[in-house]
Amino acid sequence: MKCEMICAGFGGQGVLTIGKFIAKAGMAEGKNVSWLPSYGPEMRGGTANVSAVVSDAPIASPIVSYPDVLVALNQPSLDKFGPMVRKGGVVIMDTNMCPHGLKRDDVDFIAAPMSDIALEIGSMKVLNMLAIGMIIGKTNVIKYETMEEDLNAFLKAKDPDLLEKNLIAIKRGIELGKA
Amino acid sequence: MEIIATRPQSLTSTPFTYCPGCLHGVAHRLIAESIDEFGLVNQMTGVAPVGCSVFAYKFFNFDMAQAAHGRAPAVATGIKRARPDMHVFTYQGDGDLAAIGTAEIVHAANRGERISVFFVNNAIYGMTGGQMAPTTLPDMKTTTSPYGRKVDDIGYPIRVSELLATLIAPYYIERVSLLSPADIIKAKKAVQKAIKYNKEGRGFTFVELISTCPTNWGIDPVKSREWAKENMLPFFKPGCFRDKGEGVE
Amino acid sequence: MAKVLMKGNEAVAEAAIRSGCRLYFAYPITPQSELIEYMAKMMPKVGGTFLQAESEVSAINMVYGAAGAGKRVMTSSSSPGISLKAEGISYIAGAELPAVIVNVQRGGPGLGDIQPAQGDYFQATKGGGHGDYRQIVLAPSSVQEFADMASEAFDLADKYRNPVMILADGMLGQMMEPVEFKEARSQAELDELGKQHNDWCICPNEDGDKKHHHEINSLEIDPAVLEAHVNALYKKYAVIEKDETRWEEFNISDDNEILCVAWGTASRIVKSAINEIKAEGKSIGMIRPITCWPFPYEAIAKAIGPKVKKVYVFELNTGQMLDDVKIAVNGKVPVDFWGKVGGIVFTPAEIQEKLEACF
Repeated sequence: MKCEMICAGFGGQGVLTIGKFIAKAGMAEGKNVSWLPSYGPEMRGGTANVSAVVSDAPIASPIVSYPDVLVALNQPSLDKFGPMVRKGGVVIMDTNMCPHGLKRDDVDFIAAPMSDIALEIGSMKVLNMLAIGMIIGKTNVIKYETMEEDLNAFLKAKDPDLLEKNLIAIKRGIELGKA
Repeated sequence: MEIIATRPQSLTSTPFTYCPGCLHGVAHRLIAESIDEFGLVNQMTGVAPVGCSVFAYKFFNFDMAQAAHGRAPAVATGIKRARPDMHVFTYQGDGDLAAIGTAEIVHAANRGERISVFFVNNAIYGMTGGQMAPTTLPDMKTTTSPYGRKVDDIGYPIRVSELLATLIAPYYIERVSLLSPADIIKAKKAVQKAIKYNKEGRGFTFVELISTCPTNWGIDPVKSREWAKENMLPFFKPGCFRDKGEGVE
Repeated sequence: MAKVLMKGNEAVAEAAIRSGCRLYFAYPITPQSELIEYMAKMMPKVGGTFLQAESEVSAINMVYGAAGAGKRVMTSSSSPGISLKAEGISYIAGAELPAVIVNVQRGGPGLGDIQPAQGDYFQATKGGGHGDYRQIVLAPSSVQEFADMASEAFDLADKYRNPVMILADGMLGQMMEPVEFKEARSQAELDELGKQHNDWCICPNEDGDKKHHHEINSLEIDPAVLEAHVNALYKKYAVIEKDETRWEEFNISDDNEILCVAWGTASRIVKSAINEIKAEGKSIGMIRPITCWPFPYEAIAKAIGPKVKKVYVFELNTGQMLDDVKIAVNGKVPVDFWGKVGGIVFTPAEIQEKLEACF
């Protein structure tokens, strides 16, 4: 098994953490992982993207040319990375932020008004968890239980309310991913 | 027979290589005597600069480092941080400290680095053959200011003691001269004080020693001292700019 | 010890501390900021010294001082900052001091940009500073290796009393991978490390009786003495070349039709391409120099099997290691080169395309 993904969006949408949680969970499940952020002079507000790889075999390049999974949280990200998605790959997109979509018929789309759903759950902070849920639901690259364990470890005492919302978001994402 | 004067323990037996009439030897001796007096010869280390005193590492009889031009305060910082149980000083000339090493001295002083700096100011580059220094006096002729130092072109001499005294951290800053036996006795007291404070770990201590360069000034040793008294001391006035141990802020 | 997910910049810092580094002097620069920040956070917790210097120049001279005092000391920077340190590295080599320097390379020349590049190969392996000297250059290709090289770099520096550079890049610094750290050195080991250089370094006269006059110095004004010193350095370098040359062989066999040579980050991307081509039933191998100096000339010469028709060098520069590969190949087969510059990292797909065209 090898899953290469790119998560992209505006700085502040939490795209880097999507990759980080997936990589951390993959590591906890005994897989090889890598996490490679784009970095630049814009600390906030610019575009950000991250390449994450989860694989049974050792990872050669952490740079992803043809992602198996793309998470696009805005239109510029979809425009930039959409065409690179491997044939038969998965495109997860926030329809609130990607009004023009992507014209491809050889990939699987999981399109949802992700920003609206996040707000409905209670906070834009859970947008990244929703995306992680969608990745899990569609690909099973990591397990829900691993995520829950990880979140419990650092949120249970600190912010139980946010923990609850995060878990709801992941579960909702899984449903969307499976649909 | 009773021995009433001897080579300080803190000096090796290597003969000084300085020009006849040069005051580096006097400055070395004042430092060495003071280290002996405070019983520090086994815990002392020094950093030699680039300049006439580049070989100072051969003359002091304890472990010594030789630094790149201007970098002695950074090297001394590294040594002191690695060996806090040792006492560290730098010995630097005006080109080394006040030109190429300006950043290093200002920041070592600003950190209150627990080292002593002995700064020999003779208003000229000696080793390289008499070029203009940052401390060269207005209209003074050197090989790179053959028509005299033009202050509207190259600026005024830098008064390093006064400059460092604008900083809050330094513990002790004093300017003395080596131009007469009476001045040398005063200079000795300043050097002793710096070494004492160093021993006690008080903070950054700095002694500027006004000196001469008979060879590159082209004036004989005795007259060069007179020349320095008349020309250097009015610009570089001796005095204590900071002594936190005695309430001089 | 459990694996942790960490950025290369943080992993190398943690590994350095575990290796007994208790003094670190540096100046902020992207893309190595996580390294200096990690040291700022962790050094006080282990009773070590973290000092943000006023400049790269001061930082390397603080390293010179601390190394001269016989302690494990490190600095780090990125390309433009390493240029500023070049003076100090030359002095460290001349005075034969053990020190570790990390270069998280970025695009150049000049201020360049802050993206990953390999443009400092010449600077690292052919000099950088003035005069006849060599520094050992370790080139990691993963976060784990980046971390492992910290302890290796200190051991090599201590063994040969020589500067050792870990030549990484912005990608290795910024990316996270699982890392398994070695056990931290025990206090007893640290005490031993702290005393290992006492026969030559700046240290107190322990018994209070004036016994030694150690000089930390690179100045030898007598040409005959300097000649002897430099010749002695070169004898030492010959030993390092013989004993410390390291490389990785990837898919090397007598059936190889193409032999690739790549180092650091570039080698990982080439590996991906080789894996794809291998899957098509073609035979292609790679030599990855792990030490860029000493360079694995013999390993490359030996890897040119009977069927190899071309050696292909890939670097994130305009062809710097290429010169060393040409020396190794010595005209036996053609040597080709492709690189990307400006902080742009080639993709596995691009390398694959270049390699496919060779068959």
